[in-house]
Formats: sequence, C-alpha cells, structure tokens
Amino acid sequence: MNWTWFHKLGSPKWFYEIGGRWLPWFGWAAAILLLVGTVWGLAFAPQDYQQGNSFRIIYIHVPAAFLAQSIYVMLAAAGLVGLVWKMKLADVALQQAAPIGAWMSFIALLTGAVWGKPTWGAWWVWDARLTSMLILLFLYFGIIALGQAISNRDSAAKACAVLAIVGVVNIPIIKYSVEWWNTLHQPATFKITEKPAMPAEMWLPLLVMVLGFYCFFAAVLIMRMRLEVLRREARASWAKAEVRALVEKHA
Amino acid sequence: MSFSSFSDFFAMGNHGLYVWTAYGVSLAVLGLNLALPLVARRRYLQDEARRLRREENK
Repeated sequence: MNWTWFHKLGSPKWFYEIGGRWLPWFGWAAAILLLVGTVWGLAFAPQDYQQGNSFRIIYIHVPAAFLAQSIYVMLAAAGLVGLVWKMKLADVALQQAAPIGAWMSFIALLTGAVWGKPTWGAWWVWDARLTSMLILLFLYFGIIALGQAISNRDSAAKACAVLAIVGVVNIPIIKYSVEWWNTLHQPATFKITEKPAMPAEMWLPLLVMVLGFYCFFAAVLIMRMRLEVLRREARASWAKAEVRALVEKHA
Repeated sequence: MSFSSFSDFFAMGNHGLYVWTAYGVSLAVLGLNLALPLVARRRYLQDEARRLRREENK
C-alpha cells in the first residue's frame, strides 16, 4: 500500500493548501443543507401524533448529539495518531475540534431540556442518557482546560491525547445507555441495521440536517485549523509568504 | 405544508415557546462558532500587518 498520502496529511503546508480548496465546498453544502433541512423540518414535516409540534426540536437535537459524539471519537483518533506517529497536525486537529464538540454537546443538552419540559414535564432528570451526555461536555471542558493550562506544546499535546483516548469509553456508554438502564429517553431514531422508526417525511429532513451539521463542522474545523497552522508555522518561509500575501490583499 | 396559516406556524400548537427557543439558541451558537475563527483570523492578520510595517521602518 502506498502511504505517501498519510505523510502528506501530516504536513501543515499541504493541509493549509488543500483545506483552503475544500473550505468553500463544505461551507456552501452546510449553508444549503441547513437551510433546506430547517424549513423542511419546521414547516413541512407532519407533526407527531403524541408529541405534537414539540417533536420538531429533533431536527437540531439529534444532529448536534451525533456530532458531539463523532467529534469526540475524532479527538481520540487524532490523539492516537499524534502519540504513535508524532504527527504535528493531529494535535492541531484535536485542539481546534474540542471547542466545537463542546458547543455541540451544549446544543444537544439545551435542546433536550427544552424538549423534555413539554414532553416529560421536567427540564432535567438524572437519567443515564442525560448524565452520560453531561459527562461528555465535562470531558470536552477538561481537554480544553488541559490544553490551555500546559504551556509546553508537546506536553500539552500528549496530555490532551491521553485524556481524549481514556474518555472515549464514555461514547459506548452514551450509545447504549437507553438500552442498559431504565430511562425516560426514547431509543435511537436511526439504526444502521433497521429501517427508521418514523415515516420518510419525518426522517428525510432529519438526514438532511445531520449532513448539514457534519458539513458545518468540517467547514468551521478547516477555518480554525488553517489559522492555527499559520500561527504555529509562523517561522517557515511558506507561512511568512502566505501571511505577507494575505496582509497585502486586505490592506 | 403542515400549517394552515402563519400564526399557526408561529404558535406551533402551543409548543411555540419551546420550539422557537431551541431553534433560536442553536442558531446563535452556530453563528458564534462561525464568527469566532473569522474574527480571530482578521485580528491575527492585523497584528501581522503591524509587525511587518514596524520591521520595514527599522
């Protein structure tokens, strides 16, 4: 197998260039998908026969929760790559994705609370799914704080990578919490092996929103990572030339 | 369309407050996530422009 692409991926300069080329695609895809999904989910999807219109919160709650967990798995993968292959870009990805993941956990928890009030009669219950999701948010806080507290970049990268890898044990707990414990939270809407438990006019907009959220994450992550690469490589000649060109363009 | 009028749409069958709060806050959070890197990039380039000018004047 040819591994050149893997080593190229680790090169900050290569990422900066290819990221710049991908950014508009992810940006526009996110804008269109989120707009279509929101209008579809809010105005055109039929209401739920039990929950009425409050069920429309699903169109942000589920994508945000998906993304919050996927980003955490990505942090762990980036941490592993950083530890094993000493790839510099892996730490950039880890540090820059963590705040986005924290915000997505926040959206999932908040929309869940707002949905819980009319459906369960309570904003919050100490239920397995909700509690494990709250722990995910705290894991994100831990990684962000750890990265900022340690001033030596290599030590910070190692500490964050280890925390990300250890914390990944929480992800299967979140996923199976609705099956292992007695819980108020409804079971998964999407399963890979089965047909969705709702009609197509309800889950299609959800699929559009999930894709939109992933594209949004990709676009924001590329923006954050490109800036961080430019900062960390400030002494490299390509970065100096790029900054000079950008400054002249804006002046 | 699952609503007959605009006021129906805003009311969301007496769940309006919940639905619009959830969507409003989420929109604000997504907007913030988009704005932060844009502002950071502009600030970085402004700082670099100042530094480059200083170096040229020396």
